Amino acid sequence: MSLWNAIAVGLKEIWAHKFRSLLTMLGIILGVSSLVAMNALVQGMENGARESLVAVGGLAKVRVEAQPVPVEQRHMRDLAVGLTMNDVHALRNSAPEAVKISPEMRMDGMNPTLAANGKTYRTFMTSGVWPIQAELMEHKIGHGRMFTEFDDEQARNVVVIGTGIRDELFGKPEDTGEPVIPLGRTMTINGYPFTIIGMFEHYESEQDRKARELREQEQRTRQAAGVTNSASGPQRSRGYGGGGRRGGFAFWIKNNTVYMPLNTMWMKMKSGQTNISAIPTLNNIEIRVADPDRINEALTQIRNVLMITHRGIEDFSFRTQEDWADQISTFISAARISGGLIAGISLLVGGIGIMNIMLASISERIREIGIRKAVGAEDIEVFIQILIESTVIAVIGGLVGLATSFGLIQLIRAVTPTDNAPVVTLGSMGLAFAASVTIGVLAGLIPAFRASRMNVIQALRYD
Amino acid sequence: MALLQLRSVSKIYHLGGEEIRALDDVTLDIGTGEFVSIIGPSGSGKSTLMHILGCLDTPSHGTVTLDGIPVQQATARELAHVRNRKIGFVFQFFNLLPKLNVVQNVELPMIYAGIGGRERRRRAEHALDLVEMGHRLKNRPSQLSGGQQQRVAIARALVNDPKIIFADEPTGNLDTHTGEVILSLFRRLSEEGRTIIIVTHNPEIAAVTPRRIEIRNGKIAERVDERLAGLDRAAAQSQSGPAPSSA
Repeated sequence: MSLWNAIAVGLKEIWAHKFRSLLTMLGIILGVSSLVAMNALVQGMENGARESLVAVGGLAKVRVEAQPVPVEQRHMRDLAVGLTMNDVHALRNSAPEAVKISPEMRMDGMNPTLAANGKTYRTFMTSGVWPIQAELMEHKIGHGRMFTEFDDEQARNVVVIGTGIRDELFGKPEDTGEPVIPLGRTMTINGYPFTIIGMFEHYESEQDRKARELREQEQRTRQAAGVTNSASGPQRSRGYGGGGRRGGFAFWIKNNTVYMPLNTMWMKMKSGQTNISAIPTLNNIEIRVADPDRINEALTQIRNVLMITHRGIEDFSFRTQEDWADQISTFISAARISGGLIAGISLLVGGIGIMNIMLASISERIREIGIRKAVGAEDIEVFIQILIESTVIAVIGGLVGLATSFGLIQLIRAVTPTDNAPVVTLGSMGLAFAASVTIGVLAGLIPAFRASRMNVIQALRYD
Repeated sequence: MALLQLRSVSKIYHLGGEEIRALDDVTLDIGTGEFVSIIGPSGSGKSTLMHILGCLDTPSHGTVTLDGIPVQQATARELAHVRNRKIGFVFQFFNLLPKLNVVQNVELPMIYAGIGGRERRRRAEHALDLVEMGHRLKNRPSQLSGGQQQRVAIARALVNDPKIIFADEPTGNLDTHTGEVILSLFRRLSEEGRTIIIVTHNPEIAAVTPRRIEIRNGKIAERVDERLAGLDRAAAQSQSGPAPSSA
């Protein structure tokens, strides 16, 4: 008996018992669709989390931070110099694993006050950096330019801002209806005037981007319909946190960047302060290592260099994004396991359902099996026929399940909107389908074995 | 050498420690082209004999040779092969698959013989023409009368061109008239040179076959019971010539 014949017989059997077959398939359908949907949701979460991680420099970024002198070295406290430009130069000369280095000096005191265009805004961080910092922090210039090393040498009063600052001081393009590019405008920082020479791109998560595009489209259609004001009520600030989205927080911080040249910060903003030293003191040093997989070696090398410049006093520490990445991995694998467990149990139940129905099917077809054997069917041919029938049920269930999974994802999104759009991967679909076929084969084994071992004479007499 | 040779064949069942000899030392030859009836009362062992002759079962002792092939030691797989190629079965209850139509039912043995779809259809239609069922190819068995179903079953038995056709009470489930039609179909097939073995307890059928084998208590009877073999009736109806002798 050829394979096609066996499949045709299987399909005929399924068609002859439509409702029963549908019920049997339901377990597999639910199992496959939940496996795919779960995977898509988790994949979406992972993409969102990784997106934020990449937005702040990825795994290759290491921040060297100043730290209080450790307890056992307290007696040498007076010798501790903190992070200085000496460290930056030493690292540039002696630590080849640190491929990009940018010192960062922050404004002292509380949130600096920015003012321009008749508005003020208290931002939380204003930094003096080297031009390479933009690259290190994965910034992209949207308008104008980043300041250069020449600007730094000259200690010019220039700033590059993120779109968040623009929104606060000059207005959002969404509200004004036209692009707002404050290049060449003057902005004061704690009263000191600066020229805005560049603005970064607007950073947002994939999900936010889609939501914004949708909003814009709606607005366009509303404008076309002659409705001017949106229905969302009076204008208001919704406060910090980018609309309360956790995943969007990293992007919100990034959009609130204010960079000025390091020397400007040092000479213009810090001169005349009482506790100033001859060597510029830094808040931290941003470093990109050559290869995130060799981050341990890189950290050792950087530490060795810094231990020399710091005369053996460990008044610095490293902050990597590994913890963040680990947290993402842990969370994602936990979500995967729990989702996979649910889907797996569902598939198992589906498999038991198939086995049950196949056992019922063979016991109502004992006579048929007897006839087939009497006219020359070998045991193995009966075995294969039953096995193919159960596999056909599972395959159809699997295919329907794949189709259903898209609907299920829409349903889940409608019921519990998440930050991140679910991503259906081909791999998860393949896995779910393979699982359903495997279960179909396994569920068919026992019924097929029983059918193949039936005695011809008894089967022919059975009624 | 005879087509079918049984030498000292016994079939012993064990039922709750008790030994039942369904067949006891049976020796039998059936040649090519013979038209034989196996008769005997219920429980005599005639069904067991047919199962062994039809390669549905293997004997406990003795040898069975079909067309030169010893089948007493054959595996289930080899028996299935022999049944498929050398034997055609006709059953009392027709045993057609209800979900398949007429032509698909006739094609069934050829599917297991590995014959291609087009050839299968051609030979099935030819076999159905032989039993005058060529006009009901697409009907389901449930749409046919008993006699028509049995003719389809005969077509199925013929389709692989077997050496022997076994019929187990082929008219047992039919009315008298239809039974006669089926019986004359068997006679015609016999006249065409096919080997046919009919298991029956119907004397009217036994009367038709040239050779009768009576089984009594698992053994072949020395003399055929005339009433059982329908010979008394045959003699009463036609006085012409002596009735053919038994085995």
